[in-house]
Order: sequence, then structure tokens, then C-alpha cells
Amino acid sequence: MNFFEIFDFEPAFDLDVNTLSARYKNLQRAFHPDQYASANESQKLLALRKATEINDAYATLKSATSRAEYLLKLAGLDISHETTTVKDPSFLMQQMEYRERLEDISALSDPYDAIVAFEEELEAEQAELEALIGRELKSAHYEQAANAVRKLKFVNKLQTELERLEDEASEI
Amino acid sequence: MALLQISEPGQTDAPHERRIAVGIDLGTTNSLVATVRSGEAKTLADEAGRTILPSVVRYTPEQIVVGYSALENAASDSENTIISAKRFMGRSVEDVVKTYPELPYNFVGEPKELARIATLAGVKSPIEVSADILSALKNRAEQALGDEIQGAVITVPAYFDDAQRQCTKDAARLAGLKVLRLLNEPTAAAIAYGLDSKQEGQIAVYDLGGGTFDISILKLEKGVFEVLSTGGDSALGGDDFDQAIIDWIKASGKLPGTLSSRMRRVIKETAKSVKEQLSDAETVNFTLALDDNSELDFSLSKTEFESLVEPLIKRTLIACRRALKDAGLKAQDIKDVVLVGGSTRVPAVRARVADYFSKQPLSSIDPDQVVAIGASQQADILVGNKPDSDMVLLDVIPLSLGLETMGGLCEKIIQRNTTIPVAKAQEFTTFKDGQTAMAVHVVQGERELVKDCRSLAKFELRGIPPMAAGAAHVRVTFQVDADGLLSVTAMEKSTGIQSSIQVKPSYGLEESEILQMLQASVENAKEDVNARKLAEQIVEAKRMLESLGNALKQDKHLLSEQAYEDLVADLNTLARLCEGDDEQAIKEQIEHIDNKSQDFAAARMDDSIRKALQGQQVDEI
Repeated sequence: MNFFEIFDFEPAFDLDVNTLSARYKNLQRAFHPDQYASANESQKLLALRKATEINDAYATLKSATSRAEYLLKLAGLDISHETTTVKDPSFLMQQMEYRERLEDISALSDPYDAIVAFEEELEAEQAELEALIGRELKSAHYEQAANAVRKLKFVNKLQTELERLEDEASEI
Repeated sequence: MALLQISEPGQTDAPHERRIAVGIDLGTTNSLVATVRSGEAKTLADEAGRTILPSVVRYTPEQIVVGYSALENAASDSENTIISAKRFMGRSVEDVVKTYPELPYNFVGEPKELARIATLAGVKSPIEVSADILSALKNRAEQALGDEIQGAVITVPAYFDDAQRQCTKDAARLAGLKVLRLLNEPTAAAIAYGLDSKQEGQIAVYDLGGGTFDISILKLEKGVFEVLSTGGDSALGGDDFDQAIIDWIKASGKLPGTLSSRMRRVIKETAKSVKEQLSDAETVNFTLALDDNSELDFSLSKTEFESLVEPLIKRTLIACRRALKDAGLKAQDIKDVVLVGGSTRVPAVRARVADYFSKQPLSSIDPDQVVAIGASQQADILVGNKPDSDMVLLDVIPLSLGLETMGGLCEKIIQRNTTIPVAKAQEFTTFKDGQTAMAVHVVQGERELVKDCRSLAKFELRGIPPMAAGAAHVRVTFQVDADGLLSVTAMEKSTGIQSSIQVKPSYGLEESEILQMLQASVENAKEDVNARKLAEQIVEAKRMLESLGNALKQDKHLLSEQAYEDLVADLNTLARLCEGDDEQAIKEQIEHIDNKSQDFAAARMDDSIRKALQGQQVDEI
């Protein structure tokens, strides 16, 4: 069973996360090792493996980035451990500007407004990339989709950094 | 007669046959045991009617004393009376001595090994001390219930790392308890308040015990529990409130820096009693008799006391804030706050918690008993007494798991707050020609450097087929089960050869030690080992006959005619063997059937995934 089949979904990038969560919880209700607490060892082991698989599938499909990566993998394009990176010069230029902006923000005495503004920009970019990934995957343009996923990973990384800055700012 | 008897794994055919299971709160200061009787969860008391068992064990050459009578000797025989062994679980000598420099115990062993204490009854690990506490609770329960305990749910702090959880499970094994589940303390408390069935939303569990503080943020939805985040301080609790009063007494009475042991004890007991009185009284007046028979008068007001403990309460609220942040929530997102631990009786604590979360916390269940009560309710379900319960507890791993890489760096393989059970695989390669073994060091923690994380275990992979450097790819799989416990398997990819793994827990008992201890305890009890082994195998065989038999009736269509006939014949052989007394033959037949039915069991699992999803589309609409 692939991860989509586990949740009775057609393999597609567009997926209702609420339905996914509901099905996930139903499956855990049936397969969580607690349901097998008094069962014999091999049944326990089997339940453990199933519950582990269900958790892995859920975590993978829940996030847009890993869902896209997984769809690419199903299409025979595994980019999860690759070292190649984005080659689009204008995108890379922009990333460098973003990095500088992060540094500027971390030097501010009251960075809160700047963080929120930056966050909104990144969210917009994320939404744009996700829409692009959806379109490319639908038309089976896997290489193009993979490029967009690589870009999305850059954006996700920036978002994590920004969250870290926000944490630091609120701790002072 | 019913055409088909369908029973779920672990549930008996006879619906009225109740199985006895208990919930145990194995606390730092106090421990309790509870069980569900006639649908009601209750803590069990000793002959004197006390439900609390102080987590104290005294070792003398003649006997092992647990609880109140051990506590009475804590001062006179401090070296042999072990208090709060829970703090030493999964901890090294070096660690313990650094964190608690004033302990009276004689720690033995290497600095980087599990802390063990030399007593008059020999060297004792904290696991054995905990096992003695668990044994006392087990005996209490068996006497009260007049029957053997079939299983126990034991609670642990949500932030307990793998080593500490493993130690707790090993302690239960030594005490002869079958662990149905290690349950996080805050989750147990939430269950006790019935939050599982009635509500949806986020709840906070604020647990201020004698020596530890825990805050946990849980999410509840349709009977599913999810631990969103945990935090706390393993060295903050009611004892620190007492200490604040002790410091105040010393300062305001201008007492000398070093005091006689009698004075220290008297002041400590006084401080505790003053704290308890201040829950109701506005001011407490008291007198201390000094060693020179002079007397000193004191008067402590509630306001003064509250300002003394204010920094401590504040520390708990800072931890609350961090846990909320980890969960991605604000204080006002919390629907309910549950109070756990005797120290939450302090009115100032209740007031500040209510203030912080802007709502009155739940406190109708005795905060000392609430964890044991919740654990017993979960035990009742897990042992199979409540087949229609659809509660699921989804837990997360409290601390990230990582591996040591070049330069003492830690590479995270499983991030903290990942839902468990979870497995992650990592590939390793050899760096020398013909290399047949390699060592893997597993650590737990959030820091970058291995030395700042907790060492969990060192694994040695052996039996790697000799190849050129870099040619062998060993795939190591780290599996964390629903109790948060780690196990590791390894396989060389190109040849498919399973590499063997030797586990050396950094701060725990090795398997061989546990077996030795179990053997010793059986010998002491002069039990007939063989009879017991045979009985255990027959129970296991009957379980298999019941569950596989039913499965075959139910899902015959998943098997070929031949495979079905074979399994039925194998089961008949097993049933016949159970009439005899050949323990080994029964065991072998069970293993044989187990191997043969693997594919059938897997097919059934996949089939039930489809079934579990059927009908739910209706739910969703």
C-alpha cells in the first residue's frame, strides 16, 4: 500500500487535510498498539509496524512539501536526499537578499513588525509555489514540479529561521 | 448457537470474565496503586487505610522495608534508606552526584555508568529500588483484590527520556508485573477527569509534585489524545517550597550555617507543616526548640510566604509559556487546566495558574491520586474489560533522537514531538576494506554537540560481510514504540544480511543482568520454575488458539485452500500438545504457527485498513 492508498485517496497533490486527519484518527483507533496490549508478541509487532506506517504516511501527506516530494517519488523522481539544488539565478539572487534581510531583522531592537511583514511575504510565495507544484504535477511535468519543490524547501527554511528569530525576540 | 464467534485480539469470549489490572503512579516522593471495580476507579489503601506509599526503601541485611516504616528510619539510617530513586533512573553516577551533591548515599561504579548505591543488603540500582516499590504496590493490590494482577499501566513523566522509560519498564519486569503501557502522567490525569469522552480542544496539565514540575499541553479530539508539547523542571517542587521556608527560618532566626542533624530534621518538618497550615490560615505562629534548649518564636504570614515562593511559581509559569509556544498555542486557547500533585493545594499556586490561563483549574479529584486513578482506567481498557471503548492515546517523543557523527556532532534522526510509534532508517557505510563491524552511538536531546545530549546506548553492528571500503551499506532502523522505547535493527543492503546488534545501554541494566536478577528472585521464592514455564506456554498457546482460530473462521477467504487446511492442522496439533506437559514442544509449535501465519496476519491488517475506512465517509459528511 502506498501512503495515499492507506487513507483511501487518489494520489494527487490537492488533498483535503481535514479529511486526511479524520481518516488518520480512525486508522489509529484500529491499529494503535494499545488495541493489542493483551495480544501475543507477533500480533503486537505487526500492529506496531502498521501504526508506524500510518504515522509516517500521515506526516508525509500532511505537509505540502513532503506530499509533493512523495508524489515525485511515486513518479520515479526521488529528490528527498539529493544534493543538487536550484539553478535559477534570479531565484538564488532573491534568496541572498532574503538572507541579508534576516540578518538585518536580527539586528533590530524591536524586530516584531519586520518579522510579521516578512512572514506574510513568505506565506504568499509559499502559496504561489504550492499552486505551481499542483499544476505541474497534474500535467505530469515532474522535472518542473521538482524544481518548484526545491524552491519551496528554500522558503520553508527561511520560515523556520524566521520563527527562530521570533522566539529569540520574545524571550528577551 | 452463534455461527461465528468474532473476538478482537486480547478480548476473551466470555464477556463477564473480568481481568484484573491496576494503574500505578510511581512517583518521586509518593507512589499509589488504583484499580477499577464496579465501574469505579479507586486507589487502594494499606491495612492502616493509607493510600499513599512513600517512595522510600530501606535495605538492611535482614529485610527490605518499603514505605512509611522505611521513611521513619530515613534520618537514623540515611545511607541505607533510598528516597526518590526515581531521580536516579537512567542517570549516571557523575550526573547524580553533580545534580544532588548533598545526598547521603554511597554511590558506586564508574562515573559514566548507571548510578548504583551500596547498602547493607548489597549494591542496589535505582531499577531494583523501584522494583521493590512496585512489588509492595502489587502485593497490596493482590491482597485487596484477592487475585493475581494481569497487567499494569505505569505512569512516567512526559519528558522522561528513553533510558528512564526503559529503566521503569525493567523495574516492572523485576517486580513480576506485566506492563500494558507506560502512560504519561499528564495524560493519565486528563483521563481521570473524563476529558477523553466529553470534550474536544486543548488542555493543560499542571503537575507540581514533591520534587518535580511538569507541564503538558494535550489536544483532544473524538476520543483521541495527542500530546502537543511537554515541558517542566525536574528539580522544582513542593520540597523547594519547604526549602524556601527553611531558608526564611534560618535567616530570620539568625541560625548558624551548619546545624545538627536533629535541628535540620525539626526545621524541615516544621517548614512542611507551616506550608500546609498556610493553605487555610492567614498567619502561622510557631516555636522552635534549639539545641541549647532555648526557644525561638516565629510568625509567618500568608503574604510573606507567597512572596517567598513567588520566584518558584514564576519558574513554573515560564515553563508553561514555553510549552504553549512549542504547541503553537496561546494561554487563552486552553480549554481546561488540570491540577496534579500535592503542591497544587497551595492557594497561591492555584490563583496564579488560574490567572495565567484565565480560567479556574479543575481540582475536584485529589491531586495526589488523580494520576493513579487515570492510569487504572486506562489499564481497565487495555486489559480488555471495555471492548467498546474507542479511546486512543497518541503520544509524541519528548526529546529528539540522534546519532553521533564525526567531530562529536549530533545528527537528529527523529525530531522531538513526532507522533509515536515511529521508525526512521539511516544508512551507514564502512571506511576500511574488509570492515565487518561498526559502532553506533545513539543520543537524545536538542543540542548540537553530543556531549550536551544524553547518551542512550552504544550499538555494535557485527557480521557485516567483508567488502571494499564504502561498498557495504548498512541500513539501521530506529523504531520507537508506543511507550517511547527505542529498538534498533540493522541490515546490510547489497547482501540482505541481517547484522547482529549488541546493545549497551549507557545508563541502564543489560539484558543479562536483568535475567540474573529474575533468576535470583525466582530462586528466593523457591518457585517451581518448570511448572511456571509450562503454565505460561499453555496460556500463550490458548491465546493463539483463540485468536488465530477466530481469525481463520472470519477471514478464510484471504488464504488458499491448502494454506487454510495446514494452519487448521497446526492448531489442532497445538491443542493436543496443551494436554501434555512438554513445554518445549508447545513453545516450538507456537513459533512454527507464528511464522507460518505471518502473511495471513499481514493480509488481515491490510484488509482491516479498508474496513476501518469504510463507513467513515458517512461520518465525514
